[in-house]
Amino acid sequence: MVSLNINGLEISAEEGTTLLEVSRFYGFPIPTLCHMDGLSPYGACRLCVVEIGEGAKAKLVTSCTYPVGEGLKVRTASSRVIKARKMILELLLASCPQSKTIQDLASAYEVRKQRFKQEYEDCILCGRCVRMCEEQMMAKAIGFRSRGENRSIGTPFDTQSEDCRRCGACIYICPACQLRCTYTERERPICGGCANLSPPCLEKEGFEDMMCYMTPCVACEIKKD
Amino acid sequence: MEKLKSIIDFKRLQERLIADRDLTIPTLVIPAGTCGQASGANDLIRIAKRELLSKKLTEKIHLRITGCHGFCEMEPSVVVEPRGTFYPKVGLKEMSQIVEAIEKGKVLEGLLWVDGETKKTIEKKDDIPFFRDQVRTILVRNDKIDPIHIYNYIENGGYSAMARILEKGNPEWVMEEVKTSGLRGRGGAGFPTGLKWEMLARQPNGNGKFIICNADEGDPGAYMDRSVLEGNPHSIIEGIIIGAYATGAIEGIIYVRNEYPLAIKHLVIALRQARELGLLGKYILGTEFTFDIHLMRGAGAFVCGEETALIRSIEGKMGEPRQRPPFPVQKGIDGKPTAINNVETWANIPIIFENGAEDFKRTGTKTNSGTKIFSLVGKVKHTGLVEVPMGATLHKIVYDIGGGPVGEAKIKAVQTGGPSGGCIPANLFDLTIDYESLTQAGAIMGSGGMIVMDEQTCMVDIAKYFMNFLKGESCGKCFTCRKGTQRMYEILDGITRGEGTLESLDLLEELAITVKDTTLCGLGQTAPNPVLSTLRYFRNEYLEHIKHKRCPAGVCKELITYSINKNCTGCQLCLRTCPSEAITGKKKDLQVIDPEKCIKCGACKNICKFSAIDIL
Repeated sequence: MVSLNINGLEISAEEGTTLLEVSRFYGFPIPTLCHMDGLSPYGACRLCVVEIGEGAKAKLVTSCTYPVGEGLKVRTASSRVIKARKMILELLLASCPQSKTIQDLASAYEVRKQRFKQEYEDCILCGRCVRMCEEQMMAKAIGFRSRGENRSIGTPFDTQSEDCRRCGACIYICPACQLRCTYTERERPICGGCANLSPPCLEKEGFEDMMCYMTPCVACEIKKD
Repeated sequence: MEKLKSIIDFKRLQERLIADRDLTIPTLVIPAGTCGQASGANDLIRIAKRELLSKKLTEKIHLRITGCHGFCEMEPSVVVEPRGTFYPKVGLKEMSQIVEAIEKGKVLEGLLWVDGETKKTIEKKDDIPFFRDQVRTILVRNDKIDPIHIYNYIENGGYSAMARILEKGNPEWVMEEVKTSGLRGRGGAGFPTGLKWEMLARQPNGNGKFIICNADEGDPGAYMDRSVLEGNPHSIIEGIIIGAYATGAIEGIIYVRNEYPLAIKHLVIALRQARELGLLGKYILGTEFTFDIHLMRGAGAFVCGEETALIRSIEGKMGEPRQRPPFPVQKGIDGKPTAINNVETWANIPIIFENGAEDFKRTGTKTNSGTKIFSLVGKVKHTGLVEVPMGATLHKIVYDIGGGPVGEAKIKAVQTGGPSGGCIPANLFDLTIDYESLTQAGAIMGSGGMIVMDEQTCMVDIAKYFMNFLKGESCGKCFTCRKGTQRMYEILDGITRGEGTLESLDLLEELAITVKDTTLCGLGQTAPNPVLSTLRYFRNEYLEHIKHKRCPAGVCKELITYSINKNCTGCQLCLRTCPSEAITGKKKDLQVIDPEKCIKCGACKNICKFSAIDIL
């Protein structure tokens, strides 16, 4: 057991656990995107960063991969951390606005503007599908290819995979595939529904006709009344 | 070659080689590193060999082909020992003249180096300011050693340090000496080498322990490691063997980038020769010590220079960094203890043991001992490899050794540390070169690249260039690095096109800080450095681009116009040179450039003899 300090709380944790596990256990909320219980931690989305250390040596590390250490001083919501999370969410909104997960996270952190050139990608390369396929489905049919701008996920050389069993696990856990409960308007890429309680989907005609199979957001709650 | 079965065998061999050589016989030394070969050294070698053979001079004049001597601007060059005569930029015809002159014991005054300042000729290499003002502890060996002949290395004292260490039989002492010497890693971070070795030595033996030479030199403009790998591979091998002996490693790997074919060739030859002689492999020189080194080639990824990505690459996976802790000394290749050092660090090891750690400490400063090799490139007269003691000033390197600016334009800044580094403006050139003071100024030492920039270099364009490099080389794992470098490039590109706003500048700074804070590895953490340091010292250039849509250095294509002034004589040389037929005019009249057709290639400006073309 190691003892460390999270947000001023002195706690002890088992060696080998990550800062994310311990923080969440004690009720400190930390947003994640590429993390999934049951899959190995990867550290791609950088949303779960927390601040460790003190003074000039303080730095941000991803809590999903960083192991607990004796005497660590952790702050899960310092101003440096919040600034970083907001910028990351802005970047995410700028790339993949149709993901409900990202929209909800943006609302929760009150990110209301996006100052970059808007793109509409369908993958944020979080790697959940790769790890799901390898670790839970034992197929290892898809993986990362290339680097930098050209990085993508797919089968080797884009061939039809013999290892893929068409189980659909990759689609199931993809945060980008989870569409919003209304279509994304190009002019208004940010929904902000959960933040200002006036989601665009309430105003749309034919809302009932749209198939919404995701976790209900506040719009659905309001509509029920 | 017969295998040496004991340390005494080695000593006898070395004594014999030293006794057999005659240092009075004139030797024609032709540096043929990649820079030399690219400039035509191979032709000079061919002609020299032909002359020596046809005139039956092979007994009277020796030929030594070496690696790069460092004065790359003057390649292909030739040195005549033992006098030390230096002939720069030798032409094909001049080569045979030089052979003749050596035969007659003469010096060809007309082909000697002429000092730009004093206009005097200087015969001897060691008197030329470029060489004289350096402290060429490592590079001087490139002058004397033929890299593909191990006997030549031994005859120059090579492998004696290793033999002495094996004879003494005390690995602890070796580590203490390295610690005392104060040697810090030359790869860029400056971590004390002795401490790293101690951490590795403390790890349990028995299950495998690795020691690695990081020869994946990727910074654009940096080629210091290349010259040591090509010109003196045995020094690195000797260093690695000493390191393995001190730490208990049983396997060594040299990870060299695939884009260095000559270095790879020389390393393969050197390793083979060392094994043949019994200096590598089982029971080295008849002792209990068993150790071998393998060569692994990179596959074109800059990120694989980062130590955890390098480890993954060696394991056969995609080069992606991973979180530290655990550190490589604890869990490295396949989870086994691994220590990684840079090429230049390894090259310093035999030097420490030549004259002792105390002697090594005499060069440099208190906290930064030894020398550092820099690749001085860019808008400076004498480009090449420069080796100076730690603590030398930038002014000395750029002006005394480098010869100052190459043209009329004044020197504006120096970029150190490659794409991870930063710019230091000319008014800070009194800065001493050491890890701490460079970091304080917002730059880093890095691996040693030093790019000189003058008034015709646009600092926004430089930031854009490095960001372009980094966004292509980012491994892409961390969202902030991958997208962050792309978006920073987008903003910088917009600024160079005249589309930047003050808000976009604020956004750039905010984004830069986030990328720096949240990414996993050194590539991402230092990617914002070119942006942040140019903003710190050259903010006015950014503001010119944004507020007045002007590029003061005359580089950013969308913001400049080429125009012809009154100096024009109507010779129409520019008209004929223009690739897009943008220049019109009558002969002997003022010519006119059509800005719609002009592609701003600069060909007209280069060819005009009357300084009639301006960039507005």
